[in-house]
This record gives sequence, structure tokens and C-alpha cells, in this order.
Amino acid sequence: MSVTIDKENCIGCETCLSICPVGALYMSDGKADVKVEDCINCGACISECPVNVINLGDPAGTANDKADILGMATGREKDLWVFVETEHGEPVHVVYELLAETAILAKKSGQRCGAVLLTKTAGDVPQKLIAAGADVVYVVTGDEYADYNTECYTNAFCELIKEYQPSAILVGATADGRDLGPRIAARMNTGLCADCTALDIEGKIVHWTRPALGGNILATILCEERCPQMGTVRPKVFKAAVPDAARTGEVINYEVKNKIASRTQLVSNEPVVDTGTMKIDEAEMICSGGRGMGCQDNFKLLEELAKVLGGAVGGSRAVVDEGWIDHPHQVGQSGKTVTPKIYFAFGISGSVQHLAGMNKSDIIIAINRDENAPIFRVAHYGIVGDALVILPKLIEKIKALKES
Amino acid sequence: MNIIVCVKQVPDTAEIRIDPVTNTLIRDGVQSIMNPYDKYALEAALELKDSMGAKVTVLTMGPPQAKEILKEAISMGADEVALISDRAFAGSDTLATSHAMVAAVKYVGDFDLILCGKQAIDGDTAQVGPEMAEHLNLPQVTGATKIVVEGEKVFVNRDNETTVQTIAIPLPALITVARSEKEPRFASIKGKMKARKMEIPIWSAADMNLDVNIIGLNGSPTKVVTVFTPPVPEIKSEIFHEEDPQVAVDKLVEKLLEAKLIAR
Repeated sequence: MSVTIDKENCIGCETCLSICPVGALYMSDGKADVKVEDCINCGACISECPVNVINLGDPAGTANDKADILGMATGREKDLWVFVETEHGEPVHVVYELLAETAILAKKSGQRCGAVLLTKTAGDVPQKLIAAGADVVYVVTGDEYADYNTECYTNAFCELIKEYQPSAILVGATADGRDLGPRIAARMNTGLCADCTALDIEGKIVHWTRPALGGNILATILCEERCPQMGTVRPKVFKAAVPDAARTGEVINYEVKNKIASRTQLVSNEPVVDTGTMKIDEAEMICSGGRGMGCQDNFKLLEELAKVLGGAVGGSRAVVDEGWIDHPHQVGQSGKTVTPKIYFAFGISGSVQHLAGMNKSDIIIAINRDENAPIFRVAHYGIVGDALVILPKLIEKIKALKES
Repeated sequence: MNIIVCVKQVPDTAEIRIDPVTNTLIRDGVQSIMNPYDKYALEAALELKDSMGAKVTVLTMGPPQAKEILKEAISMGADEVALISDRAFAGSDTLATSHAMVAAVKYVGDFDLILCGKQAIDGDTAQVGPEMAEHLNLPQVTGATKIVVEGEKVFVNRDNETTVQTIAIPLPALITVARSEKEPRFASIKGKMKARKMEIPIWSAADMNLDVNIIGLNGSPTKVVTVFTPPVPEIKSEIFHEEDPQVAVDKLVEKLLEAKLIAR
């Protein structure tokens, strides 16, 4: 499937060539043409064309018997749900972030904000979820939900979907959320939009916006014909609401009819060995290092600066791949999104995939030898120089300040 | 043991730069590579092959040039490969892709273990693996960092947000891999020779008896409606180019104090 170009009316401006994310457009005889084998029919070029001669390819042979397809929307589905991921029985923070955003979307579309809690015992968690924005909380309790496991969670969740028919489901893009989301989507034969960074709703159709190609472009995605519409949202994208203890909501205790046993078994679940530094997603100050740090040993300098300033140590994908720092410290598209007050980037060139994970930090300070490094384009302050020379001097200077 | 590894050819997103003038992607010189997490999955499969003996079959879905990564897989030590390629797959989202990959897995036939990378670095969705597991009714573990096979059971280490887990999973199973125990191996000379001679089989939707309504655009519930370049925030930046690093550090710290970003 590829876009089509009305060559007769093409003015040969070449605007579309630069926007194509897959390089499928080229010039031939002064007119734009498309390599059909490369084109992904994403439509990015359509809005760029000043004379509107590009059109989306026709999805030939569109499913003729759509009513037979599992997951087809009936139009009767209602309410937006949030998956309540828990740790030691308490919701993780992204749940509150999602409830706040979902409550806004629900209000806008005349639906309710629902929360789905699968847990060993509910305690006061439903009340907390209501205070955070839920209008209705579906509670399923049982020993099999004490810890997350793919199969029991998918089974219970899908039974709830069939019973109550929500129009959309939001899941935090955590390790477990990314394990559960696609499993539910596949069972319900519906679409799942990953790692959304902005949400909107028109009628009951959710507009899911997410970064693509390492954050270089943003795409807005719809799932109009299947239900439930589903998306995962990264932690830290939305802000949790201040809990309102006066809010009221409905609590529905649901008994799963078709119980199953999990084929997988959680043998052990040990806290990550404390490396002595803070977690990057909670820190207000992050000292990150890239390839310019030279070797693993030099990360001790970053730890020292982080300690002096009371912050955490992060790293680019390159250094995580090198094994200089562990994955929980990775900042970027395939790591974590962080929004600290101060972000130091030492010897990080600033690949788009890294920038996507940290460019919302309040203040960005870059130290790099290459004055043309992309990191300087997002930096509020910067030093052109060797990170390994600058870092010890900076530590010394700040230590001296603190002691004076 | 029969292991199927699913891989994807991706642009090396770390190499993509933005043109500061036009604010568009500079793709010239950006290489296509085997998705790094898929390479870890392949390495994990080859480690199992080394330790206990296994037949490793590598599958990819993509355009004809995706053959490159299959040749790379052969040169690293994979036994069989196949390219799933058909115009009918164009425009597939993750659900449609998972249907196509499942058809390929069934076309291969016997397997005990399916390994995928935990996510691809171009889309970062981490969905196709779990979706395949669902269609095949297999148990799954996502984000594995260590895989140990003991008889009919596999013990998998997995990084959760704040914990490291060990999960026991019976075979057959699907596991997505975050990293292998060792770094992915380089191609051997013998492997390279084998790869050079090898005809890469190409499987179409018809070859695999696949219903065209569940693949490509038809089979994709999600549709991209708009694509736009994120606005670049205008920021005021002060970059110090000093001969003497001490002067640069002094100036930076002065600024941070002024802005009350650090306290005395």
C-alpha cells in the first residue's frame, strides 16, 4: 500500500521528499514519485504538499464482512478504564497519573472513569482510586492476584471487558503494563497504541498521540472500529490530581466466573540491589553520562557529583549497552522518561532517542567536546569541553561552595 | 530443542539527526541494522544451542532488503531462516504483524521456544511478542535477562520496575529478551561463507495460507491519522567555549548560583 501522486498537478517543489520518514519519495522528471515498495502509506507527506496532489492509498478489498470480526465496536461500549497496577497492594504512581487524565477525557465525552483493581485484598485502595478521579472501581480479589502474572490478570481483565464493555482502556507503560496490554489487546482482537504522550477524545474516539522514530515525529493514532480502544502511557507524562476525599464513586466487587491457573510461576522477586544512588524517575537532579565518559570506572565521578547535589545517576542507551550502568538508569525512548529540575548530560551527544526521554527537564546542562552535538540544541547551559576534565573541577567547585 | 527467533530490521535510531534548519529528519547515512534487542534474543538462542544443542530458526517480516539481517543471523550461527514478505503485509500495525508472524511460526511447524527482542528501537511498542504468545496460547515472560532451561521448565530472570524476578515457565513458551548473558557474538568465517551461499526463502501470505483480512491495513485496528514534527521549544542557551576548563566551570557555577539552581 502506498500513497498516490497526481503527477499532472505536482509543482515539483520537493517539500514532500524531506518529510517522508522512510525515504520513499523521489524526483523523476521534475515531479515527485513514490517507491511503492518502501512507502508505508503513513500520510505524513499529504499535509505537507502545498498543492494537495498526494492521496492515501486505497485500502483495496477492505474487509467485506466486518461484522464477523471479533472486537468490532458496536457503539454501545461505554466508559474509560484504567488498569490499577499495584506493588505490595498499593497502586503505583502512574495509576494516579492516568486516573487524572482519564477523568478529564471521561468528563469531556460524557462517560465514566473506571479503575480495574486486581489484588489479594482491596483494603482502602478503592477509596484512594475514587479520590484520585475514578467514578467506578471494579474490584477482583483472590490469592492469584497477589503478584502480577500474565495469565490470571489477562483472564480476569478480559472477563470484565466482556461483562461491562468499556470503550477504552489505559495501561501504564511499566514492565508489567507492557506485558499485560498486548496480551489483552490480542485476546480482544483490538488495537493498542504504545507509549502515548498526549491524549484527546472526540465523541467516544480517543486520539492517541505518540512519538515515532525515536521521538523525531509524533503520530496521532485512532482505533475507530474495534473495541475496546487501548493505549499504554509512560509514567511521568501526566500529572496526578490532588486527592479529593469528598469525591464519591461506585465500587463493584466482581467474582471471576472462569478461573484459570497460571502456567508461569513467580519463583523469586528481589528488590534491585541498591546501588547507593537514587532512582532516576524520582530524582530532582540527574547526572547522566554517555560514551564521552570513556569507561565504566569514570561513572564514579558522576556518582560523586550526584551525591554532592543530592541526585541520581543516569545514562544513554549506548552506555547501558556497554554495561557501564544498569538498565534502570537508562534515559530515553527505550529507557525512562525523566523530568528533573536539573539534568546534566556529560559526554552525551544527544541522539533523538535520548532527547525524547529528557527534553522536558526544567534545566538542561550539557558538557560535550563537540560543539555541534545535538544535545546543545536543548541545553540551557553548556560547556564545550571534555567531560572527564570538566567533571572533577565541577565536583571540586561545588564541594567548596557547600563547605564555605 | 527447536528455537524460533523473531527479528526485525530497523533504522539505527541513535544515528538519526534532525536538520537544525528545516527541522526534518536527516536519514542519509543512517544504516539499517538488526534490532539490538532481537540480536540479544538471537544470542540467547545460540547460547542455548551451544550448551544443550538446538536448532535455531530465524524469521523476519519486511521488505526484500531485510534479507541482510537474516544473512547476519546465519553468519552468527543460526540454522535456518525465512523472510516473510508480501505487499499484502504493508501497513500492518502490531496486531496484524503478530498474525503474520504467528502464521510463519506455524509454517515452520515444530518449536519448543520462541524468542523475540523485548521491543524494536524504531517503534518501541513491545507488543508483537506478547500478541503472538496470545494467538498461540503460549505462556510468556517479557524482558528476560537470563534464560536457564532445566528439562521441561525454563527459569527466566526479568527486570521489573523495582525488583529482579525469577519466573518458571513450562515449554513451549514465548520469551522476549532484554539482554543476553554474553554480548552478541560476531560472525564466524564459516558462518559468513554459509550466509553468502544461502538462498533466503521468501514466504508470502499465500504460501502460509494466511487470511488477508487479518494482515496489512485491513487487519490493522489502529490507523495513523496525522504525523507531525514536534515543535522545538525556543530556549535561551548559554554555551561556554573556554580555553581553560576551570574558567568554564567557574562561569557555569556562577550561572547556576544566580538562577538559584544550586545553593551555597
